[in-house]
Amino acid sequence: MALSGIQIYKLLPGGQRPPHPKANCKECGFPTCLAFAMKLAAKQAELSVCGYVSDESKDKLSAAAAPPIRLAKVSSNGHEVAAGNETVMFRHEKTFFHRPGLFLRVKDTDGVEAIKAAVSSADAYLVDYVGMELTLDGFAVEAASGDATAFGAAIGAVRGASDRPLVLMSADAALMEAGLEAAEGMTPLVHSANADNWEAMAQLAKKHQAPLAVCADSLDGLADLTQKIKAAGVEDMVLDPCVGTMAGALSSLTQLRRLALKENFRPLGYPIIAFPGEWCEDTEAAAVLAIAKYAGFVVLDEFSPASIYPLLVFRQNIYTNPQEPIQVTPGLYEINKPGPSDPVMVTTNFSITYFSVSNEIEGSGNKGWLLVADAEGMSVLTAWAAGKFDAERIAKTVKVTGIEDKISHRSIILPGHVAVLSGELEEELPGWEIKVGPREAVNLPQYLKMAI
Amino acid sequence: MPVKIPMEKWAGSVRTVTLGATAADGGTRQHTVTVGGETTLPFLHFEGEIPNRPVVATEIQDRRPDGWSELLMEAWGDRMNDPGDWAKAAEEAGADLIALTFGLTGLDGQPTSAESARLAVRKVLDATGLPVMVSGPGQAEVDNELLVAVAEEGAGERLVLGYCEDRNYRTIVAAALGHGHLVHARTAMDVNLAKQLNILINDMQLPLDRIIMDPTTGALGYGIEYGYSVMERLRLAALQGDSMTQLPMLVTVGEETWKAKESKVGQGVPETWGVWEERAINWEAVTASSLIQSGADIVVVRHPESVKRVHAVIDSMMTANDRGGS
Ligand code: B12
Ligand code: SF4
Repeated sequence: MALSGIQIYKLLPGGQRPPHPKANCKECGFPTCLAFAMKLAAKQAELSVCGYVSDESKDKLSAAAAPPIRLAKVSSNGHEVAAGNETVMFRHEKTFFHRPGLFLRVKDTDGVEAIKAAVSSADAYLVDYVGMELTLDGFAVEAASGDATAFGAAIGAVRGASDRPLVLMSADAALMEAGLEAAEGMTPLVHSANADNWEAMAQLAKKHQAPLAVCADSLDGLADLTQKIKAAGVEDMVLDPCVGTMAGALSSLTQLRRLALKENFRPLGYPIIAFPGEWCEDTEAAAVLAIAKYAGFVVLDEFSPASIYPLLVFRQNIYTNPQEPIQVTPGLYEINKPGPSDPVMVTTNFSITYFSVSNEIEGSGNKGWLLVADAEGMSVLTAWAAGKFDAERIAKTVKVTGIEDKISHRSIILPGHVAVLSGELEEELPGWEIKVGPREAVNLPQYLKMAI
Repeated sequence: MPVKIPMEKWAGSVRTVTLGATAADGGTRQHTVTVGGETTLPFLHFEGEIPNRPVVATEIQDRRPDGWSELLMEAWGDRMNDPGDWAKAAEEAGADLIALTFGLTGLDGQPTSAESARLAVRKVLDATGLPVMVSGPGQAEVDNELLVAVAEEGAGERLVLGYCEDRNYRTIVAAALGHGHLVHARTAMDVNLAKQLNILINDMQLPLDRIIMDPTTGALGYGIEYGYSVMERLRLAALQGDSMTQLPMLVTVGEETWKAKESKVGQGVPETWGVWEERAINWEAVTASSLIQSGADIVVVRHPESVKRVHAVIDSMMTANDRGGS
């Protein structure tokens, strides 16, 4: 949490008691230490300009400047998942920054062949959502067998089938060591240190430069552990508050976020790992809670397209910057190489709208010219209600895209929801025939078939 | 190390609203449903009271609907042919409330008449003991005509009449005042619009504890994030003491999600979307469960399986087990 000018001043030569002999020496270019402190608070000056700040003050200032939730990263072969550095409790206050990583858990007791099969299909999963390619982020491998060889073999099997980052799961330091060796060359998350094993786990994390997940079933216990582990030289940690129900998870995760953001409470200023499969029989709803309410790494126990697709979309939606709707560039889009006699349709430049329409036309094999009006990134009805998608704008889009030179007809299809615009558009586009398409894009292919 | 949990000291709370009336209060419902009363953000049991669970309403229509997904047609089967039967089936499927909505036209293609609306409401009230919400097709004039008749037919039942919008609130509020009902106040995803409508309704002397507000949502993938954030903002405003936002919130999840291609269509979609039925129900259940997290007190859904799923989620959210610090 940023310090105020006065708080900073107390750490500068002029604010110390007794004041430093150089207090208010003006060498920094400001008339007083207080004036300099104010500029520092406003981030309009650099601390290094003053040569008389004590080491103790420097430490305090740099600690205060650190983000309240430390960033943790796992990586492998160019894939990286980073969590932390969040700044708000609610997305409307600014935005949420780091989409939580979604990991699928496999157990070393599943057998190498089964692991390979499960991991390859989950790894290959890629779904298109409004032009964005969404995938799972990685895998969690649990040492359920209690056998180092089996754990190593399971990790090998996962790595053989996927390049993505890993979470290694065992509370036994000897097993974890074997796991880390099998994960050589990547940066996995070590899960986890607890009150009994933390010293050995901290050593392993340090040796392999991997972030360490810390597990305790109370926030007091978590804070104790992170401090001990930090003292042992590990900086990169992830918190596992070990909760058992959805309500418990919401409470703990909210408390952790508040402590970090509102109190700047360093011992708990780390991202969180969640295991929603353990909270509720409705695993999708539990995962949604983890995504919306502050988890940085989410470990799932099941994988099926019908269940991962809504979760990936939900994550995308919640982590969209509320200040900027996702949009496409306005203009003329040619779908399936249209010719002069193919139909002209018009829509808005909100991504969800554009892709709903273009996917339908493209998928059905129809050819067409899609005019995308600049509606400031709003959906058809929203833009219409806000006066950003009217006859004038549509006519302007027709003119500036030069569509008239590309086609041999003069007819344009409006979205069914804005049928009311037909009259005005006829006036704006003399000589054009204005047709009203269906309301929903799903019915567009059928409409195009009938119309042609 | 003892960790002190930061608590918010909220100045306000959400009003408590009771839907339906039993014989003791001049109605015929077997029991009533009470929502609202929260003194903190959704399910933060460590900080305040969540005296009433969110509830699940099941949407039914006055006649077998056109254009609903085949999956819904299969799930309810022939019971969709009669609103009374359908309401009974919804009650059996675990609904807390029945949300009856009227289409623009009857099966014969003629505009839905006040008389047929009356008949449908009568059938639903006779078939189930649950509290009932009724809404028109969403066109101000038609809504007015149908709901005035419905209000009369269900006098004393504490129905929830919708949609009460800025265009037609006067007629609907008058009908609610005249016959002892509540209103479903709908605005387009905007904190100030929601407040404004509540003020207008309240100015007509309808007490605030007879308003349920519907800030509108989008489906998962189709604008849910806007609905989610508007609800969070409304609930924060309520807790901060803004009395015109201190009302329980309702969202029509079923109506939104079953419009989405993901729910509607089983063929010709990417394989990565997965098994149709599973995906479609997930779409509705995920949308509903996430909006409960942002403050919904009533979610209206369409598929019987979603009713069960959302109930399981609410059970889990209402089982407080705080293992926070001291
Ligand atoms: C999300 C949303 C918002 C978001 C904006 C999101 C965005 N970037 O556009 C926010 C919260 C900002 C918003 C604001 C407003 N909104 Co708004 N909003 C919605 C909501 C919930 C979903 C819209 C959406 O994203 N739909 C999904 C997209 C894909 O749909 P679409 O663009 O229509 O495209 C579909 C079809 O039209 C068709 N299609 C599209 N192009 C084409 C082309 C052809 C040729 C064909 C055939 C078909 C076709 O295919 C698509 C898929 O089927 C709707 C309600 C709802 N559930 O629909 C209200 C809604 C659109 N909003 C509404 C209103 C009134 C507003 C405001 C004016 C409210 C206000 N006064 O503040 C503001 C206006 C904005 C402003 N002043 O800045 C009203 C419009 C009422 C009306 N019928 O006129 C609606 C319908 C809500 C309601 N029931 O009252 N809104
Ligand atoms: S350089 Fe500036 S801040 Fe430092 S002691 Fe001199 S006046 Fe104060």
